[in-house]
Amino acid sequence: MMMGSSFPEEVLEHVFSFIERDKDRNAISTVCQSWYEIERWSRRRVFVGNCYAVSPLILIKRFPDVRCLELKGKPHFADFNLVPEGWGAYVSPWIAAASTAYPWLEEIRLKRMVISDDSLELISKSFKNFKVLVLSSCEGFSTEGLAAIAANCRNLRELDLRESEVEDLNQSSGHWLSHFPDNYTSLVSLNIACLNSEVSFTALERLVGRCPNLRTLRLNRAVPLDRLAILLRRAPQLVELGTGEASDLRPDVFSNLSGAFSGCKELKSLSGFWDVAPGYLPVVYPICPRLTSLNLSYAATIQSSDLIKLVSQCHNLQKLWVLDYIEDLGLEALSASCKDLRELRVFPSEPFGVEPNVLLTEQGLVSVSEGCPKLHSVLYFCRQMSNDALRTIARNRPNMTRFRLCIIEPRTPDYLNHQSLDVGFGAIVEHCKDLRRLSLSGLLTDRVFEYIGTYGKKLEMLSVAFAGDSDLGLHHVLSGCENLRKLEIRDCPFGDKALLANAAKLETMRSLWMSSCSVSFGACKLLGQKMPRLNVEVIDERGPPGSRPESCPVEKLYIYRTISGQRFDMPGFVWTKDENSALGLS
Amino acid sequence: MEKEGLGLEITELRLGLPGGSAPILVDKNEKKRVFSDISDDHENSSTDWKLTQTKNQVVGWPPVCSYRRKNSFHEKDRLETSKMYVKVSMDGAPFLRKVDLSMHEGYSDLAVALEKLFDCFGIGEALKDAENSEQVPIYEDKDGDWMLVGDVPWEMFFESCKRLRIMKRSEAKGFGLQPKGSHKGNSKDVAK
Repeated sequence: MMMGSSFPEEVLEHVFSFIERDKDRNAISTVCQSWYEIERWSRRRVFVGNCYAVSPLILIKRFPDVRCLELKGKPHFADFNLVPEGWGAYVSPWIAAASTAYPWLEEIRLKRMVISDDSLELISKSFKNFKVLVLSSCEGFSTEGLAAIAANCRNLRELDLRESEVEDLNQSSGHWLSHFPDNYTSLVSLNIACLNSEVSFTALERLVGRCPNLRTLRLNRAVPLDRLAILLRRAPQLVELGTGEASDLRPDVFSNLSGAFSGCKELKSLSGFWDVAPGYLPVVYPICPRLTSLNLSYAATIQSSDLIKLVSQCHNLQKLWVLDYIEDLGLEALSASCKDLRELRVFPSEPFGVEPNVLLTEQGLVSVSEGCPKLHSVLYFCRQMSNDALRTIARNRPNMTRFRLCIIEPRTPDYLNHQSLDVGFGAIVEHCKDLRRLSLSGLLTDRVFEYIGTYGKKLEMLSVAFAGDSDLGLHHVLSGCENLRKLEIRDCPFGDKALLANAAKLETMRSLWMSSCSVSFGACKLLGQKMPRLNVEVIDERGPPGSRPESCPVEKLYIYRTISGQRFDMPGFVWTKDENSALGLS
Repeated sequence: MEKEGLGLEITELRLGLPGGSAPILVDKNEKKRVFSDISDDHENSSTDWKLTQTKNQVVGWPPVCSYRRKNSFHEKDRLETSKMYVKVSMDGAPFLRKVDLSMHEGYSDLAVALEKLFDCFGIGEALKDAENSEQVPIYEDKDGDWMLVGDVPWEMFFESCKRLRIMKRSEAKGFGLQPKGSHKGNSKDVAK
């Protein structure tokens, strides 16, 4: 007797339409066969956290009418150049499959994937109602592909290139922005901040002028301030703005810009500020009280005193990304002025310098943790830390959900007592019961992993570098952290034992990355053979693992669960268990 | 590349490439010869990949993402990450690859990288003995002409290479390659 038979399908479908979260939809699909069927036909939004975990075919078979597709490709450590070029994450098979299976597709969001101009063109021609394209940290395409999107996507609302790498091709056909037709007016969000080359300002101005719903405009460096003023006057309704370069301080530009900014009553988010002459900053003072988000992390020309003046006026600030020029003093001012702060990221101005170049220490973070009750997301680069400070932060902010600390020199001990930072991080995981993401640094022994395994029950993502003493460390994490989804490790003395002992755990996670550790090729092969639903990929640029003893540690290892087997696009430096299987036999 | 008898090499450890083209099996000794031939001016390839331009630097540490490094104020950081990507196609390979020329110090270095990328051999050999090798690495220069890789000094190649192609010997005839030793670079200088 099927449960669903008492309600007509349409009723159930209507009820399901209120259920949006993937977890919930996955849950209802397991109730019975008919609920599974109704749910899968009505699922419109799909998120694939690892593009190799499932194939386009499997996706389409289960969910025949998807409108919003989100895919992630390369592992996170690709951001730090740890994944060699050519590793994979090509989106073209997905676009090709979607182009025929999902004619009503509206949104594509990609992160760390490789997308070609051909794919962009296919997108622009296959989906009549295409609305949203977000390419975050992607590469492989050029302005030609963007031209196709501009020319063909009549209903485009959002074009967001985040931190992608875009090749600029000199086109005789004109600048890609001018490919938006004259009668195109539906743009809501445009982020071209990552484009290195100049954009056609005329095309940009006309585009901005004819799109009344434009609320987000993130310009690239090449748009100078006097042009910015023109754009702001055309689009005073903007909510989010990213400025271009602003190095020459000119009084006429200053007053023009002041006037323009004063007309923007809705502006809540600011970013950009490359090479800004600090003399321009007063231009934004009138908007400061309304700002909820401020990204000054590329503003290398703004020093502490100007930063303090600025943030002290941002009483409604919720998110601040800034360089360490803000220093401890600035963070103290922040904690006094910005009581609504939720997220803070402090980036290093001179990450490769050996000596500190700014007065930023653990104290800055402690101040903010004291003064900002809603602070729950932190990314902090600094050069010294103490267990005391970490304990204080933990006690101040038990509501912390994301805590990423990077002490710049690897294995730096507590600067007060020269001990490891085990107990400090232990306090973080113990007090912050909702902690979902954690990045460790400094001098750490296996002990810290014992704390993490014991207390980190809600932890979903852990990043580890230059830490631990033995396999026990890894074992604590794999056996203790029940909700762990992503684990990334580099330069730690973790080897085969913990990995093989916790093989089953790996199927409950999205992925595991280990580089410069002590995992042998033999263990990788064994794992790959024992666990058919895991892809165990060894990344090793020294040539075939077979030319070295099996006990030799691999350079890099990426393990992920998958229901679509080995991938077909592995480059020459990726090795799998199949290396040893009889390929000759069919 | 000639296909070896399939029966022999089952016990040879090699890269698994399921689906796609049939595996190209190579005699293990031949592999060794190629690597050692081109490795004489290239001692520790794996550590060279991690070569640092400033002291104390480890690859990918501190974890500042490459986008941020490229856009940072400091020229030094920017230059460190400035790349010279060119597309590489190989006849018969299903995917285009990209290679960063700025990561390489010379032709033999590049040859090793290309061989790894496409899991093939003979590129290094081709550079030494173009007449007889099965692979012909060629590149398109700024003028749109196709030249044999290795013809000009590395610096000149680096400046002018727009893209690479690894051609089969059989395709190379009649392709319109600039003759070896045409000294294009020199003639340009003279013309100035």
